[in-house]
Amino acid sequence: MSIEVKNLKYTYNPGMPGETLALDDVSFEVHDGETIGIIGHTGSGKSTLLQHLNGLIRPDSGEVWVDGQCITDKSAKLVDVRRKVGLVFQYPEYQLFEETVAKDIAFGPKNTGIAEDQMEKRVRAAMSIVGLDYDEIAESSPFELSGGQKRRVAIAGVVAMRPSVLILDEPTAGLDPAAHDEVLAMIETINASMNMIVIFVSHNMADVARLSDRVLVMDKGKIAMQGTPREVFSHEDELSSMGLGVPPVRDILKKIKEAVPGFESDALTTDEAAEDIRKYFGLK
Amino acid sequence: MIRDITLGQYYPGNSVIHRLDARTKIIATLLYIIELFIVNNFWGFLIAGAALAAVIALSRVPARFIFRGLTAVFLIIAFTVILNLFMVDGRVLWQWKFLKITYEGIWRAAFMGVRLVLLIIGTSMMTLTTKPVELTDGLEKLMSPLNKIGVPSHEIALMMTIALRFIPTLMEETDKIIKAQQARGADFESGNLFQRAAKLIPILIPLFISSFRIAQELALAMEARCYHGGKGRTRMNEIHFHRGDAIAAVLMVIYLAVIIASRFITFNPF
Amino acid sequence: MAFIEIRDLTVEFTRIAEDGSEVPGTRAIDGISLDIEQGSFVSVTGMNGSGKSTLAKCLNGLLLPTSGNVSVDGMNTRDDDKLWDIRSRVGMVFQNPDNQIVSSIVEDDVAFGPENLGIPPLEIRKRVDEALKQVGMYEHRLKGAHMLSGGQKQRVAIAGAIAMRPECIVFDEPTAMLDPMGREAVMKMILELNAEGITTILITHFMNEAAQADRIIVMQKGRILADGAPSEIFMTAEDMAAELKRIKDR
Repeated sequence: MSIEVKNLKYTYNPGMPGETLALDDVSFEVHDGETIGIIGHTGSGKSTLLQHLNGLIRPDSGEVWVDGQCITDKSAKLVDVRRKVGLVFQYPEYQLFEETVAKDIAFGPKNTGIAEDQMEKRVRAAMSIVGLDYDEIAESSPFELSGGQKRRVAIAGVVAMRPSVLILDEPTAGLDPAAHDEVLAMIETINASMNMIVIFVSHNMADVARLSDRVLVMDKGKIAMQGTPREVFSHEDELSSMGLGVPPVRDILKKIKEAVPGFESDALTTDEAAEDIRKYFGLK
Repeated sequence: MIRDITLGQYYPGNSVIHRLDARTKIIATLLYIIELFIVNNFWGFLIAGAALAAVIALSRVPARFIFRGLTAVFLIIAFTVILNLFMVDGRVLWQWKFLKITYEGIWRAAFMGVRLVLLIIGTSMMTLTTKPVELTDGLEKLMSPLNKIGVPSHEIALMMTIALRFIPTLMEETDKIIKAQQARGADFESGNLFQRAAKLIPILIPLFISSFRIAQELALAMEARCYHGGKGRTRMNEIHFHRGDAIAAVLMVIYLAVIIASRFITFNPF
Repeated sequence: MAFIEIRDLTVEFTRIAEDGSEVPGTRAIDGISLDIEQGSFVSVTGMNGSGKSTLAKCLNGLLLPTSGNVSVDGMNTRDDDKLWDIRSRVGMVFQNPDNQIVSSIVEDDVAFGPENLGIPPLEIRKRVDEALKQVGMYEHRLKGAHMLSGGQKQRVAIAGAIAMRPECIVFDEPTAMLDPMGREAVMKMILELNAEGITTILITHFMNEAAQADRIIVMQKGRILADGAPSEIFMTAEDMAAELKRIKDR
């Protein structure tokens, strides 16, 4: 399982006053089981890129290969593409529409032709992956749930299609800290337990540092940088010139380094930082 | 595509047309529409087109911007033209099985097409040159005599203000929902008419829910900003009739007379 | 007397059951008392469902207490005759940038509040221009609201509140739906307004935003869990560095 993106180009409103080059020669590869974080400020082309990966937008030129199949080819069947590549939009809870949670989650699998007698199993499995209790809420209305639960129902609706690639556009936007953590943990579970490729866009650098194997930095429709979180976040000045930051724990570590010469840490997450501090200062 | 719809959009400017009182423009537009239906030959359209061209030139709204609005309703125009092209009986020019094109059909299709284009451009000139608030203020004032018979003119005007404000928002929302359901494998393009209608449910329900949420939040925001009906409300830009409006009124009367006269032109080169 | 006084405030939501009868629902706020001083900057934080947004809506009479009282500058929010006076003094900015803009054109939207207050046209024009300049949106005054970014829309909403010349502005999670740049611009605005003497109440679940206030109130299940200066609630990076240095030097 792999994704190959070759020389994607896409222009919005060609020939119109609002003409913008949204993607400018974008190429990258994603390998089996990887989690990729995409960062870039609003308008850098992230969302346009995501929509190319499951055929919602066709490029002006360039190709997208998923699992050895060229999905930008005119002969590619879009239903197959969408079964292979699951895309969760920003605020996905706004797309819920069925009377019950179970029916809503079953919408995707039904569209891809899953037999009725297989459905309950599918829905149960998807709900368990996103951490929802089937027996408790499968028959409730999705509109009566809390914000965090709604978001997970919406994600389950895509997971239930058993895609090989799961793409999420700002999966934690607008959630409170507790729901935010739950969704992050859920993404980790999906990646680990189903060995799915996960590609997500986020403005939250702490999330990007925690989840990603590799980070792609987008700027003005191009991939400006890519590498492990450690590599990417070491270019603090370059990132800031693109209007991007680094995980906030870096600021705290900087202050500690200034106060205590000799202390070193290139931690990116609070857990790593806490570990480094404990070790150096001999704390429990 | 969705952003291309210029219906209800305003093109900022300070031309003579922009400066006319909204009430003048509303009445003029109504008259213009009625006159388009009085017209019975191409001479009338030639006159209407010339008048419209003059208004466009005076308004200084770029033609490109005006015609972009036409592309969005192209389907409706095409549908009307095709329907007329094949549906009119008369001297047959071309026939294939049950489809036939007649001399009268071509004439009729062209006639309806021109009428529709003039209608759309004409009405969009009103919204392009009038701020939505002035437009609804104008409507409110024009309707205010009807208050006496129980017509809530302020409320109707406010509803229009809000509708104009939220058309683009809801269009974007619709676009997002369609894409999200497509990503879940929904197929809106195949099946017969009934099947297709049933497939709209996953779009319509989220859209309704969004609209209710918008309504609820907007109502709170309006209350927080002290909205309590039309009583005691003032306006930042009070609308007034000026000399330009008087000139416009005279021109409208002349135009009406010319359009009526055009019905009696019998010379037909076609 | 404090500018806003909250005494034993309780808010309960009743639910209408399917048969039409009223079912006593959840208690969103459970007997809290608070004083908010003129000119202060108070942030209120807590999980979803902690009651922080409900509290915000009680401050200008959008919600009325089930029991207890809220008064603004000595005026009780239960007093119908004072309601518009209270709302003109306590402005409010909401979470969703789209759903609080009433008019299609930026300057017309900013004028909406003053128009409701019945202010003369020339004075409204002056206030609208000043408010738009203050939030840095003056050059966009004739633009359609739907053409703006989220952060810009939110600044228009702030201008709409300022144009009413309030003494206090309640911000109900104003940055929750914005990107980092929009968030930064809105926070900068909030700090500037407070520096000009406007009493500022910021509801947020971003701790870095909450920490910029003079006083933080942490809510949980409708009650106040903690109330104090940021230094009493959080440890700043500087404090932490100093503390670790002390440990090292020991």
